[in-house]
Amino acid sequence: MVDTVNTANQNQSSDIILDVRNLRTYFGTGEKAVKAVDDISFKMMRGKTLCIVGESGSGKSVTARSILQIVDPPGKIMGGEVIYYGKDPKGQDLAKLHERSAEIRSIRGHEISMIFQEPMTSLSPIHTIGNQICETILLHQKVDEAEARARAIELLRRVEIPNPQVAIDKYTFEYSGGMRQRAMIAMSLACNPKILIADEPTTALDVTTQAEILALIKELQTSYGMGVLFITHDMGVVAEIADEIGVMQNGRMLEFGSAEQIFYEAKHPYTLELIDSVRKLEKSARASRGTRATDKKLMEIRNVSKIYPARSSFMGKKNPPFKALDNVSLDVYEGENLGIVGESGSGKTTLGNCVIRVLSCSGGEVLFRMADGRISDLAKAGTHELRQVHREIRMVFQDPFASLNPRMTIGQIVGEPLLVAGTHTGEALRKRVEELLAMVGMPSGAMERYPHAFSGGQRQRIGIARALALSPRLIIADEATSALDVTLRSQVLDLLLDLQDTLNLSFILVSHDIGVIRYFCDRVAVMYKGQVVEHGPAEKICSNPDHPYTKALISAVPGTHPRDKRIVNRHRYDASAAGIQLSGS
Amino acid sequence: MSAENKQATTVAAAAAAEPTSAAVNMANLRGGIEYASQWELMWARFKKHKVAYWSMMFVAFLYFVAIFAEFLSPFNPEDPSSSTVYQPPQMVHFDGIKPYVKKYDLTRDPETLAPIYVEAEEKTYIKFFVKGFEYKLLGLIPTDMHLFGPDDPSHKIFLLGSDRLGRDMLSRVIYGARFTLSMGLIGVILSTFLGIILGGISGYYGGKTDWFIQRVVEFILSLPTIPIWLAMASAMPRNWPPHLVYISVTVIISLIGWTHLARVVRGKFLAMRGEVFVIAAKLDGCSEGRVIFRHMLPSMASHVIAAVTLAIPSMILAETTLSFLGLGLQPPAISWGVLLKDAQKISVISNAPWLFLPGLATVLAVLAMNFFGDGLRDAADPYSH
Repeated sequence: MVDTVNTANQNQSSDIILDVRNLRTYFGTGEKAVKAVDDISFKMMRGKTLCIVGESGSGKSVTARSILQIVDPPGKIMGGEVIYYGKDPKGQDLAKLHERSAEIRSIRGHEISMIFQEPMTSLSPIHTIGNQICETILLHQKVDEAEARARAIELLRRVEIPNPQVAIDKYTFEYSGGMRQRAMIAMSLACNPKILIADEPTTALDVTTQAEILALIKELQTSYGMGVLFITHDMGVVAEIADEIGVMQNGRMLEFGSAEQIFYEAKHPYTLELIDSVRKLEKSARASRGTRATDKKLMEIRNVSKIYPARSSFMGKKNPPFKALDNVSLDVYEGENLGIVGESGSGKTTLGNCVIRVLSCSGGEVLFRMADGRISDLAKAGTHELRQVHREIRMVFQDPFASLNPRMTIGQIVGEPLLVAGTHTGEALRKRVEELLAMVGMPSGAMERYPHAFSGGQRQRIGIARALALSPRLIIADEATSALDVTLRSQVLDLLLDLQDTLNLSFILVSHDIGVIRYFCDRVAVMYKGQVVEHGPAEKICSNPDHPYTKALISAVPGTHPRDKRIVNRHRYDASAAGIQLSGS
Repeated sequence: MSAENKQATTVAAAAAAEPTSAAVNMANLRGGIEYASQWELMWARFKKHKVAYWSMMFVAFLYFVAIFAEFLSPFNPEDPSSSTVYQPPQMVHFDGIKPYVKKYDLTRDPETLAPIYVEAEEKTYIKFFVKGFEYKLLGLIPTDMHLFGPDDPSHKIFLLGSDRLGRDMLSRVIYGARFTLSMGLIGVILSTFLGIILGGISGYYGGKTDWFIQRVVEFILSLPTIPIWLAMASAMPRNWPPHLVYISVTVIISLIGWTHLARVVRGKFLAMRGEVFVIAAKLDGCSEGRVIFRHMLPSMASHVIAAVTLAIPSMILAETTLSFLGLGLQPPAISWGVLLKDAQKISVISNAPWLFLPGLATVLAVLAMNFFGDGLRDAADPYSH
């Protein structure tokens, strides 16, 4: 067996750049050790992209870090080999090198470089971007400073940073998220690495920026002939860029194969589940369930604005007032699901918060028709009236960890609105909380426990139970699924739809995820820079939008078929060119 | 679950040499952690901090001593004796299991008349639960029972030596603990009250109110403490009875001490005001009071307790400093600071170094409370890592 593996190696050795064999990385020792990476083997080909996909805690990041021996303590490589064929054609075992030895340092950043999820934390805030790139060049190559600077400018041009001669002298905080990630990539390319390890490089970015970064990595890979090891949890991203795919769960590699194999002939049920949970979001759930939307208006949002006033900064510089919401008008009908989609900073969360009056509006009206037929203007409602309205409009929050008070039991958390409203006390309260927990699929035994006993998905269910406590008519779900793993995401959405069927609810779902919106919503409003640029039926917006921004947004969403290569053929939107059009609409 | 517990118990039984070993604790935790409240989690985490744990025990012991001072001190601390002036501490010897001390004979230096003590062979046995001076236990029960004392009531024993008037230092240090430690506690309660109210208002409402309170805090913090104490203490009438002096000294100390606490509370309020679960509570229909007292304060309680514990030592040190300078408590009141005042003269330090022992007591108490407070602060947020 061993012999055949070796001969196979020799045959392909010119193509293989990295061979990981039986790698094991544990946190802690003895029986209590957490096996973050448990006996993993894979091969990386020269000039190809290998995607490692898995949910949070599956060990994919630790695998990548083990290759460069930068696992955070107490993590330790316990066994296995990481054979690198870049320098020595016979291979060099990186796992055997000492983590602070000169050899491994000459490989880190030089032969194998890495980019991370959050570029803000991996770039130094007190040095200019140029300084940081030059430092990497000077560290690994024998060139003088002028030469290094010239190369740094060239690199910034390669990663498509506009006006590189000027941009090189800027600081990290002057760059946007996408620019920072480009700068990180430029830095990692400084020494022409043979392998680029990208650890969730696009997770913190908006979908259009993600598409640009993915296209950039793909393009650079072909021109530099690098091998790319791409770590992600997003099957869509995988479909766009992977040549080969490894699926990880609980520190083990469940399946390994070419992109086509994994997407069309997956064998492991977990892989199928991962792919299904993404493909499921490609169609609307309404198609199978049927819509419950009526033509009775539940809420009218009229010309709502939210303006943060001008502030003079410390140095006396005046910042102009910031329009987070600019004359937004929308209707919500009874029984329908309205989606609000947009990128970060588009004002979609601000709109959600203004509607429920967590934030006060600067202008406009939010007319809500109460259960007893009264019309209440939320934008101007007083404390007492708001309290009435807050029984009918409830909110589900994004972060399931921050939104539950860790000092209260689940029973207390879910029962709090009932207790405060004075509708239930004592045994009746207990019964009602039990009923609510049952509705969201939680056992009644959960009541006595504290939030720290539950996972993210379970906590989100508890958050939903709390929102349902007072039998509301409208629920605002602010990115309610974006903190969850993909497999949980569709479960929570299905739960909300089931609840809608039985409880006569309407939803406003705020999300950046087109898939979630398409699956869940009847109508969609697309927001861009505080304005609603387009709204209409979800089917139409998600397949055949009118506004160029929506077109760009939809086409930047990664698909689920490796052959599509949607991102390469995406529609681009230039905000400055379309500026006139935007203010006119 | 029960199988798991059973297994853990057998593990614990196997490690019978250490019946209260970590295995037992882990078993309890494993069964209960999901149901564990904030305080249980804090306690589990605090216990891991060994130094803090034993410091807490020591602090508890000190307060026990302060409460039962009369019972624990062998003699009346105000009882002078001309034949035992500046007597050095006596070593405890054992006759079988019976403890005794050797008697000291007083002679005087013929030239300077300084007392010279010579150890004699005569033994004074120490007996437990003996009758001594009369007092009221906890201020209620009249009794004359003491933990230990000389076998023969006419004899005296000085385990920590005696002072200028021949009074027992051990009894005086024990009595001093009562004033000093209670001063720390009462002073802290007062400054906690001020700190939480002002810090809370500052943090919750923000804006102009916050600005004003913070400038006041900064002003107070910028004052040099000792001169201010001196000024305030000198404003106190000299002829006040000791308990009035005691109260006013406490007030003086805590008027300055609340500022740090106010900052801690303000910072916590500011941070928590934007927490999602606080917003959720508001949307649940909670009134402002309920949001503060039901949702925000419990999350801060542990931090406040830690800050308070760390504030007690500074109160104790402040009291000691003031009394040492002669501006705090006055004799006949006994506190560690008052006792240390006797050790101001160089001649005393060279002849009777044991008069420094109240200083040692202060150091130990302050250290223990600092460690205890540190441990509490580390355990205060059991949900962080």
